[in-house]
Amino acid sequence: MVTGLPLMRVAVAIERVEKRFASLQALAGVSLHIAEGEFFGLLGPNGAGKTTLISCLAGLARPDAGKLVVMGHDVVSDYRAARRMLGVVPQELVFDPFFSVRETLRIQSGYFGIRHNDDWIDEILANLDLTGKADTNMRRLSGGMKRRVLVAQALVHKPPVIVLDEPTAGVDVELRQGLWQFVRRLNRAGHTVILTTHYLEEAEALCSRIAMLKQGRVVALDSTSNLLARFAGQALHLRLAAPAALPARLRGRATEGDGTWTFPLAGLGEIEPLLATLREAGCVVEELRLTQTDLEDVFLGVMHSAAGVHRAAA
Amino acid sequence: MLGFRTLLYKEVLRFWKVSFQTVAAPVLTAMLYLMIFSHVLDAHVQVHGVPYTAFLIPGLVIMSALQNAFANSSSSLIQSKVTGSVVFVLLPPISYVEFFLAYVLAAMLRGLMVAAGVLLVTVWFAVPELQAPLWILVFIVLGGGIMGALGMVAGIWADKFDQLAGFQNFLILPLTMLSGVFYSIHSLPEFWQQVSHFNPVFYMIDGFRFGFFGVSDVPPETSLAVVSTSFLLVSVATLLLLRSGYKLRS
Repeated sequence: MVTGLPLMRVAVAIERVEKRFASLQALAGVSLHIAEGEFFGLLGPNGAGKTTLISCLAGLARPDAGKLVVMGHDVVSDYRAARRMLGVVPQELVFDPFFSVRETLRIQSGYFGIRHNDDWIDEILANLDLTGKADTNMRRLSGGMKRRVLVAQALVHKPPVIVLDEPTAGVDVELRQGLWQFVRRLNRAGHTVILTTHYLEEAEALCSRIAMLKQGRVVALDSTSNLLARFAGQALHLRLAAPAALPARLRGRATEGDGTWTFPLAGLGEIEPLLATLREAGCVVEELRLTQTDLEDVFLGVMHSAAGVHRAAA
Repeated sequence: MLGFRTLLYKEVLRFWKVSFQTVAAPVLTAMLYLMIFSHVLDAHVQVHGVPYTAFLIPGLVIMSALQNAFANSSSSLIQSKVTGSVVFVLLPPISYVEFFLAYVLAAMLRGLMVAAGVLLVTVWFAVPELQAPLWILVFIVLGGGIMGALGMVAGIWADKFDQLAGFQNFLILPLTMLSGVFYSIHSLPEFWQQVSHFNPVFYMIDGFRFGFFGVSDVPPETSLAVVSTSFLLVSVATLLLLRSGYKLRS
């Protein structure tokens, strides 16, 4: 692993980046600073601009305006140095069917100007549980193994910044856990990790800071704990026994899904009056559940809020 | 430089791993052409005072080389674009000039290997003369370069395999087949002789054949000028395309 990376310097600086595809404004002035050693989450619904932003960072797309810098190197004017600092795990499950796993990793090392890289390749293969498949052709690997090879390809040149674009999509639970253990170790060793994922529980568990994108704009940027605190609260979920209907005066406070009514609560003191109202109306509660806010609630809250949530970048 | 060398190595390894399809198959095709045409025409036709079979061999050699040089770069690019694996060569710090050189050199190399294979098997039918080996080398290298670069243009432009097949079947194949591989253009009506002069592949084949027999339809210096200029123009066009990121970097 790469060790000794100084902390709290800017690893990735994104300044007012704009990108348009025909009539679609994919990025509308995105600015982000990501510190060295951070585990940073980039969240947003499909089409929010996450992959476009990563593509601009990796040189796969050219921004119309703005500036992107990786470890002090501009991705356009100093692209060779910037790309050496960056390892990208693409979202799609892509592979070159002509080569074995080891050939693939040796070739990828050569692209980055590294020869005789077998010691590091062996270490990555061992960490990703691929040692037994080193000489297997890529076509013969399962989807999960191909995904692990993509991670290995992104790491062959020991990049200080690792970008994982939905790396666990379609991956089984065991592999996902193993992958996150490995990525956590890389992060502890000083690598900056940028993660996009649709699994919000993953982002909540792994990322120290999160940016949420919506329609090409950053609509929330804060530490994970601050975002959770800002939307802190509980919700009461109720299922009523048929044929009772929810009293009209409670309908405005609740949302319904799959026969369950959800009441956001400002405090636990609201529960008893709510239940009393239901009793008075002759409703029988069949099922009752109390939940705490998680990142999914924050995500939904932010996505439905026009104002968004911002705090100064680290 | 290691990035360029690795990309070149990868491109060569790619076609070598399927050499039965990329090298052996075109050699067999060329041999079948030679068997059929020599059987039918050798006793009846001489061109530039050379028996037909011997005349045909250089044309088949360079035609096979040109078609396979085009196929190499175009198929590699379209496959990697369609499968998405093109990101593996776009993410590393490889310049567009290195990218161009690696693909074109690999295409040239496949063309040369196919040419050597065709030449080897055709020795059964007739041993060609080697009047001016340097001309042979110059025309096959430049021709392979032109077709390798054109293959890059086609591979970058095409989004689907059938678009590439259209480029190959409706442009490259007619240009190579109607370029004097099977005949001297002096045997054509005046109009078609004039049309042939606008086909750059004709000059590649005519100059290449001059290296074997010391005779050609046009002076080899003229052919060299046309082929060199074509190589320069196609290379500049390909480099500009790569620099712009057209269909590779959005």
